[in-house]
Amino acid sequence: MSKYILHRLLLTIPTLFGAALLVFLLMRAVPGDVCEIRLFGTGLYADQEQLDQCRDKLGLNKPMPLQFWDFVSGYFTGDLGESMWTGKPVAEEIGLRFQLSMQLAIMATAVAVIIAIPLGIISAVKQNTWIDYLVRAFSIAGIAIPSFWLGIVIILGLLIITQAWFGIPWMPPIEYVSPFEDPMENLAQLIWPAVATGYRYSAVATRMTRSALLEVLREDYVRTARAKGLLEKVIINRHALKNSLLPVVTIIALEFAFLMGGLVVTEQVFNLNGLGKLFVEAVLQHDFTLTQQLVMLVVVIFVLTNLFIDIMYAWLDPRIRYS
Amino acid sequence: MPKLLEVEDLRTQFYTTEGVVKAVDGITYSVDEGETVAIVGESGCGKSVGAMSVLRLIPNPPGQIVGGQIRFQGRDLLTLDDAEIRKVRGHKIAMVFQEPMTSLNPVLSIGTQLTETMMHHLGTTQQEADRRAVELLGMVGIGEPERRLKQYPHHFSGGMRQRVMIALALSCEPRLIIADEPTTALDVTIQAQILELMRDLTKRMGVALIIITHNLGVVARYAERVIVMYAGKIVETGTSEQIYHNPRHPYTIGLLNSVPRMDLHRGKRLVPIEGQPPDLTRLPPGCAYRPRCRWAIADCDRAVPPLAEVADGQLSACLRRAELDASMRDAS
Repeated sequence: MSKYILHRLLLTIPTLFGAALLVFLLMRAVPGDVCEIRLFGTGLYADQEQLDQCRDKLGLNKPMPLQFWDFVSGYFTGDLGESMWTGKPVAEEIGLRFQLSMQLAIMATAVAVIIAIPLGIISAVKQNTWIDYLVRAFSIAGIAIPSFWLGIVIILGLLIITQAWFGIPWMPPIEYVSPFEDPMENLAQLIWPAVATGYRYSAVATRMTRSALLEVLREDYVRTARAKGLLEKVIINRHALKNSLLPVVTIIALEFAFLMGGLVVTEQVFNLNGLGKLFVEAVLQHDFTLTQQLVMLVVVIFVLTNLFIDIMYAWLDPRIRYS
Repeated sequence: MPKLLEVEDLRTQFYTTEGVVKAVDGITYSVDEGETVAIVGESGCGKSVGAMSVLRLIPNPPGQIVGGQIRFQGRDLLTLDDAEIRKVRGHKIAMVFQEPMTSLNPVLSIGTQLTETMMHHLGTTQQEADRRAVELLGMVGIGEPERRLKQYPHHFSGGMRQRVMIALALSCEPRLIIADEPTTALDVTIQAQILELMRDLTKRMGVALIIITHNLGVVARYAERVIVMYAGKIVETGTSEQIYHNPRHPYTIGLLNSVPRMDLHRGKRLVPIEGQPPDLTRLPPGCAYRPRCRWAIADCDRAVPPLAEVADGQLSACLRRAELDASMRDAS
């Protein structure tokens, strides 16, 4: 197994190289660069000399292959470069946001799993009863409702309810506090966006759990388990659930990877400085170094997620063995 | 000797978009302690449904047991609540299914699947159950049982898996095992081994066995009594001897003529039964076998012929049972 993991990790090197080349070329294919935006963007006048100065400073006048070499060689020297816009080290820019995005993605995934697995099971076991219809309506609503809208409703709801019950309106804190400093404050801020995105994300997982479990419950080995006289609880939990989790694990994990960089609008609603927001800003500002590193980060997250999915497969299903 | 299992007028139906399927339509039979009984018939004649009904394993919906009694050790299984029927399943009555390839859970080890039943029904500890599981695997002829217990179903061949299923069925020392086409999915050479094994073990442990099959050839060697079913009804029952050498129902005769036999008519061609089994949602009036029967007479479609005794312990549901003796059969 460890040999397989090592093999897989080595195989990611070409993937990463390809991704690096692609994002490098794409960024440069788009007209304009960070210097033009900085000098002309505010409506001020700037001459060619200033532009050249700026480009020289940022290394944008160097030949393309050399620029690419600077980008890639950074991984061997541990230097990820500086943001072209702020001048701060990229590692620092990303580091702050990464913590928040990671935490939010984990919490949203936890919310999704807590909702999806039990509801999916109930829905499958009580197939075609009013409970099943209720669960399905609830999860369809989750797919239909955009999470930023749900986020706004949550904030408004909190304001109205706290006003009505306690007399003082309360809304989640706006400033990010690390969970290691003040866990309660941190939770008070992040639980709401986690619920808003987790609900949406649970919807697909609930339906997946339901349909996968329904399929497994028709299998011969479930009939065998019934014929053994086992409790229904044991039949579901021990015999059916493990067999039905493969597709559920896949979508939950892929969704997790997506959340790491894709929560642009929800971050906006809750005023969170996450990776999504940073991503949009970096692209709009033509901040080549920052965008490149962000893309590489997302690529690494997806690669690791896929590896995690494969390992989970082997853990859930003994027929799957890698060598 | 008291009857172990008495099935009386059992009726199981399925509600489909095509209409109501009377899969089992009023069957009555009994099984003695330690006896081996075969239930024989073509696919779709209701033999599996009848067996699954005994343990109430018919999925509902679409199926439902609509009438009758199933008395096991004097208690009617159809009146038990869920908790009580669970105490019978796997404990007093165990099942062996047709598909060994899919009847074991692929993600649980053989050991887990064997021991969980014993721990559930007998309250044994894990260690005791493990020890007993090793013993059971040895009994059903699986080598290196300690190592095999840790393995998963995909490490076993079809025949081996069926041996595991048999070990599983025997694990709680049941009084009755219902084997639903236990060898149909296996190679012919393995079939004989599995049947021998089941016969030896059930005889040794005094367990009664209901063996469901479409192969009359299987029956002769392993069963004491035979029940022949057609279109959800019993058409003939008797000892293996009687059914083999003196069948008194045209359907039984048809079945016998369609399997190769070593004991008579060497070199004779096999005669298949013409036509198809009837559509159970639209049974013709009278005898369901009439459209395929070469001995049918006008009276056959008037009413369903009842089972009546033709010899000591042999019952046939044919109006012409008295005429259907050997001379008439051979003339056909």
